[in-house]
This record gives sequence, structure tokens and C-alpha cells, in this order.
Amino acid sequence: MLAGLQCPGYPEAKLSSVSERLPCREGQAGTLLALMGEPEQYCFPSIFIYGHRATGKSHVILTLLKELEVPHAAVSCVECVSAGLLFEQVLLAMFGSESATLLPRSPSLSDFVRIYRQFCAQEPAQQTRYIVLERAELLRDMEANLLPGLLRLQELVDDNVTVILLSEIVWDKFRPNTGCFEPLLLHFPDYTKAELLQILSLDSNPSYSPELYSSYINILLGVFYSVCRDLRELRHLAALNFPKFCEPLEKGEAKESDTHKLWRNIEPHLKRAMQTVYLREVSSVQWEQQQMEEKEATALRGLSAHAHVELPYYSKFLLIAAYLASYNPARTDRRFFLKHHGKIKKTNFLKKHEKTSNHLLGPKPFPLDRLLAIFYSVVDSRVAPTASVFSQISSLVTLQLLTQVGHDDQLDSPKYKCAVSLDFISAISRTVSFDIVRYLYDFL
Amino acid sequence: MLHKCFKCILTCPMLFVSSDTYMAFYLLQVQRIMRERFCHQKLPDKPYGLDSQYKHLLELLRRTAVHGESNSVLIVGPRGAGKTMLLRCALRELLELQEVKKNVLQVHLSGLLQTDDRIALKEITRQLHLENVVGDKVFGSFAENLVFLLEALKKGDKSSSRPVFFILDEFDLFAHHKNQTLLYNLLDVSQSAQAPVAVVGLTCRLVGLSPTDTSKLCEDKSVEEILQKSFNCSKDFRSLHLLLLLALSRVSVSNPTVRAADILEANRMSAADSKANILHGLSILELCLIIAMKHLNDIYEGEPFNFQMVHNEFKKFIQRKSHSIHNFEKPVVIKAFEHLLQLELIRPVDGGVCKVQREYQLMRLMLDHTQVMEALQRYPQCPTDVRQWAVSSFG
Repeated sequence: MLAGLQCPGYPEAKLSSVSERLPCREGQAGTLLALMGEPEQYCFPSIFIYGHRATGKSHVILTLLKELEVPHAAVSCVECVSAGLLFEQVLLAMFGSESATLLPRSPSLSDFVRIYRQFCAQEPAQQTRYIVLERAELLRDMEANLLPGLLRLQELVDDNVTVILLSEIVWDKFRPNTGCFEPLLLHFPDYTKAELLQILSLDSNPSYSPELYSSYINILLGVFYSVCRDLRELRHLAALNFPKFCEPLEKGEAKESDTHKLWRNIEPHLKRAMQTVYLREVSSVQWEQQQMEEKEATALRGLSAHAHVELPYYSKFLLIAAYLASYNPARTDRRFFLKHHGKIKKTNFLKKHEKTSNHLLGPKPFPLDRLLAIFYSVVDSRVAPTASVFSQISSLVTLQLLTQVGHDDQLDSPKYKCAVSLDFISAISRTVSFDIVRYLYDFL
Repeated sequence: MLHKCFKCILTCPMLFVSSDTYMAFYLLQVQRIMRERFCHQKLPDKPYGLDSQYKHLLELLRRTAVHGESNSVLIVGPRGAGKTMLLRCALRELLELQEVKKNVLQVHLSGLLQTDDRIALKEITRQLHLENVVGDKVFGSFAENLVFLLEALKKGDKSSSRPVFFILDEFDLFAHHKNQTLLYNLLDVSQSAQAPVAVVGLTCRLVGLSPTDTSKLCEDKSVEEILQKSFNCSKDFRSLHLLLLLALSRVSVSNPTVRAADILEANRMSAADSKANILHGLSILELCLIIAMKHLNDIYEGEPFNFQMVHNEFKKFIQRKSHSIHNFEKPVVIKAFEHLLQLELIRPVDGGVCKVQREYQLMRLMLDHTQVMEALQRYPQCPTDVRQWAVSSFG
């Protein structure tokens, strides 16, 4: 166990309260404090902190700055659509609203530096000022001089200021081609399983014992750890599913020590959560309602389960024909769709390499004529080429089951691609008793 | 300069003091001085190792300031070699002369801040306090301002007008401005003998690296190795400053000297491979996807792949070789894949533009074979079947 945070410039009491709020991050907090040094001393002009999401980067740095009452400006680059918003927020936090109002419309970095220098001459820094920029990877997409300028802001404004960039992307992908002032790189490692357990157990419900909650978190991690290590997601899942875990206890069917019974109750529930709430197929509110209402497991309708889309009869065949046109090469149409196709040499026919399986490469575009040819061959009754058939093709495009390839104003030979998966089309073909697999080249 | 700097750190905190508070105060002063050196780039008394360049620059600027001669000079050197320091030392020495301090006007521009001629011109007008500036606002269009500036500069002659130093940092960026109007005009004024003007440009382009001598800086073998390695990577002061700052930050009352261990630790922190660190924090499913992509790269020699292909490889592994990995549903695997995309470990081939379904979008892996294998070595509690699959050559 590391000793508490130490730094001569700040009172002990504050440091100990800070270290309580940063579980499992004492090492990183200590390094940051050591780098920051005494408040009046200079710190390195720019620091780049990287690590996976939910590893505590923002939490540690902002807690340190707020609790120790260090002058700082915290800006998230997601909110800054333009550089001007970034400048405004920084000036507002550092010097108050009158400095922010001096910024002209669509300010450049030059204006920002000028106003900063102006105000900093009136109020010189007694302590190091910090500018914290979260989601710093978005700075790369703004003006080209913004990132290099911010990295050497200390030199440009001639003030005791340090810029801290937080990101989950590594620094190598930030470096501009012409080079720039290299910041100090600091890594926030991911939490180990034991640390995750420790942090998640801090959320325990007061009406149950902490050991029960720990065993619940253990079960949760057993299901989700191999898929997701994001602390925020795990906390959310833990909070959502705990009432269901405690259900047998509430109903009196089990006691706290019946771990096996509780596990059997919750495990299928967690597995279902992985397919729905984890994927945001259903909202958290829907999930909670479903827990309260039903006793048996019924399938939750997710957002992307559009297997319940009801199509008219010919639309289904059009879609099937489109799928066949997308995933079969054109030279094989003769063999599949003509009644008397004669002899076909087998050697050209068989696929040689697994990679050329069309189901791996994706759908190919096809012209309208080919679609209709296959459609007429596939549909069992005689269909006249009326406008209603053509309009069904357009509605399939609107439903995004087909995508139109090529320009909108190309009226004479429109090309399409089929945008549905094999499972979907199999379900559709089953409803019209059509064996689609027999007609697919990849499954010969 | 390095010599002195390093010796300074290793030798100064070696006093035997009586009380802790005095030690703390002493260390505070040491930290303050060192930080000013490393972080704030405080000027030394004289630039080391650049004597001839310093003399030359000083002479040039003096001729403009005192004798009214117009000059232009371009200071070229790699990043962190000391160009700004050289110039600032020269200016500082020159401004000690009373007549220079009273007379000379300075205009400081930076290619990073003044990204086009319009902004640059407004800044020049502001810094020279010409008559078309009221407070901070510069009036007039670009053409009017340029004419005004050139008139102001051309009106004078050697005897009656004040010399102006134009200092252009990141000079190469100015050369990228449209038509290079400003540069041409400034250099033109400096050629025609009117108001004395010195144009000083600083740039890091067009340069080869100059070797630095790492003679015996300290007795410890391992530290010397580290310094040698770091000089082989980047021969500039800044990376040395970074390393020394990291070592210095570990100095405290309980640990009052900079030991070799501190330097080693600082080196470890700064040399860590960032991508390996990120790979360490991936979930098992994401790691399996990376291994599947590595296999695809090996089999198809680096051709781009899409999600379906990766998922296919992954399914083959699950069916044939794995007992510890659960057969996850396709949407869960897609979410893991998208996380890798957000971390920029994989990148779409064409910038992700056209209307392709996301499972079929072609991607490239931004890691190479050795990086994946090393990450696998360091991965905590990696299941054996996953490790064996990674090492096996086909399927």
C-alpha cells in the first residue's frame, strides 16, 4: 500500500482527503503532484495523459486541481465545435467574463494569445495555471496551428501556465508532420480485475452487506470482464441488475449465504443483458420495467431486430432476388435461374479460395434489369411488369433494405445493392417457403 | 552546457544539514531553479557552444540598431537546438546599451500565431503603435494597412527614424502564406536603404542534425547508457530536459538526491511504448479480434480486411480450438470491433466515406506483427488457448 500523497506546497489534510477520493490511483496522483511541484514553481509547458476510457484521467486531474484550489480551466473539446469556443471557455475560467467579451468574431490563436498576454500583464500568475483539455484527439481536426500553439503556450504568452491534454489515443497519432514541442507523456494504466472489484464494491447498497455486494460484483465480472473492462459500463450494469439479484432475498426464497441459488437466478439475466442493454438495443428504463413486470424470460424487442418488418408478397421476392443478385456472380445466373441451362463446365464453377466468398467481401451492385430477370424467374406466378412492382423497389430503398449505388439523377440504368444479412433474408424466405440456400453460389 | 547542467544536479544537493526544515527550504530553492531551467527555458548568462554564431548575430543587430544599416538573417537549426535562446541572449545584451533601448522598436511575430498575411499585418501595426490603431483595433483593409506600414517605414532615413527589428519565429510557415506578400515587402524594405530594418527569421527546416558529444557525464554506467541512447534518438536539449525533470520530480525531503535509480525510472516512464500500453488494457474479446486480424494479415499479406472476415476467423478459432472463450453474439463482437476503431488501432482504408454496410467496410490494422506478439507476452492472465492460437501459423 502506498503511503499517502505528499507534497510540501499543499496542506496535509487536503492531500489525504484527495487520496481518499482516488482509489487505486495513488501512484498516478503522486506522479502528477510531483510534476506539478510547488504552486509557485514552473511546470513543464505541456503534459499529455493517455489511457483507456474510464481509467480515471479526468477524475484524478480535476479532483487534484479542484481540491487543492489551483487556478485552472477545464474544457472538453467535444463541446468546442470551433476554436473560438475553446478560447472563450479558457479566458472565462482564467480571467473572467470581461476577457472573453474582448474576443472578436471567429477568433484566431493570435487573438487569444494577445488577450491572454494583456490580462496576464494585469494579473500575473502567483501560482501555475493549468488548462485541461479533455478528448484532445479532436484538436487534430481543428486548425492546423492550434495543437502546436497550445503545446508551447507557456512560451507564447510568457506566463506560468501548463496545458494538460487528456486522450485515449496515443501521442504518435497526434504529432504533426512538421514537428512540434513534445509534451511530457504520462500513461494511466487500465485497472486490474482486483482493482475493478475494489472500486465497484464502493457502490454497495446500505441495506445489504458488503460481502453480498462483492459476491454480486464477482458474478458480474465473471460474465462481462472478457468483453468489457470499461468501469463506467460495468458500474451502470451493476446498478441496473442489482435489484434483480436481490429479488430472491426480498421474496424470502433464499438467504444471503445461498450463493449458488443467487448465482443461478442472476446468470441468465446477465447474459440477456449482454445482448440488449449492453448493446443499447433497449434503453435502461425499458430494461428495468421488463425486470419488474415479467416472471419468465421473454424476448426483448431490440432496435435492430427488424425481423418484424412485414413486407408485401412481391416485395419479399424482390428482396430475395436482390440478395441473389448481390451475392451471386453474374455468370452463375444461367445455372440457377434457367430451367434448361444445358451443360456447364464444373472447373470454372467451383470457387478456389475461401476469401472470394461473396459473403465475406460484401454485396456487389447489380443493374435493375438483372434484378427483374431474377425476380421473374424466382416468383412462382406470372407477374406483369406494372408500375406497382417498380414502386415496391423504391420503397425497399426507402426502408434501407436496398441501397442505391451511383448518382441520383441516373435514370436510365439505376444500380442497387442489397443491404440485408443472411439471417434476415433466410427468415423472409422461410415465410414464403423459398429455399434460398439452394440458390446461393457460396453454399454450393 | 549539458556538462554543467548535469553536474549541477548531481552535486548540489549533497550538503549535510542539521534539520529537516532547512533541508526542505533548500530543496525548494533547488527545485525552483532547476524547474526554471528545464520548464521555463530561462536564459543562461551566455549561450554555450555557439560563440561564433552569437558574435555574428550580435554584430549584425548592433549595426542596425546603432549605425542604421538594414540587414536580414535566417537562423536555422533543429528543434530544441537553442535558436530562440541565442536570439534572446543577443537582444538582452544589446538592450543593455542605453541608446539601443531608447531607440529600437521590436516586432515579434510567430508563424504559428499569425497564420496569414492579414493577421500578421494587423499584429505588426499594433506592435508598432501606428496611427491607424486605436486601443487594440486596427482600422482599414489589408491593402490600406500595408500601404500605411510601408509609408511609415519608407518615410524615414538613417538619421531621423528609429530602427525596427522584425523577428519572425517559425519562418518557414510565413513562406507558405499566399503570394508571400508580407515577406517580400519586408525584405524589400530591408534592401532599400530607408528606415533601418533588421529581419530575423528562425526556422527548423532545411537542416541536418549536429552531433553532440556525450563525454563522461557521470560515473554510473547504466545512466551513461541511458543518456547515450536518448541522444541517439533525439539530439536536442528538450528531451534531456524532460528526462531530467522527471528525475527531479522524484526529489523530496525523504529522497533528497537524484540517484541513478531516479534517472532509470524517468527513462522507463518516457520510453514506454504507448501502443503496447493501450494493448495491455484491451478485453479478451478485443485481443482475440486483434489476433484474428494478425492472422489475416499473415495469410493475405497485408491486404485490407472487413469485419466479416475477422469474425469468420474468430468463429473458426472458437469452433475448433478454444474452450475458454465463449461464443459471443455477433452484435457484441461488432461493439468490440468498433471500440478498436475508436482507439485508432484499425483504420478504414478510404476514410470511411461511401455507403458501405459497416460489416463490409475495408480496414487496415495499424499494428505490426512484433507489436502484437509483444503485447501478448505482457497481457495479464492470457488464456493458453488464445496464446497458442496467436503463435500458430495458419488458421
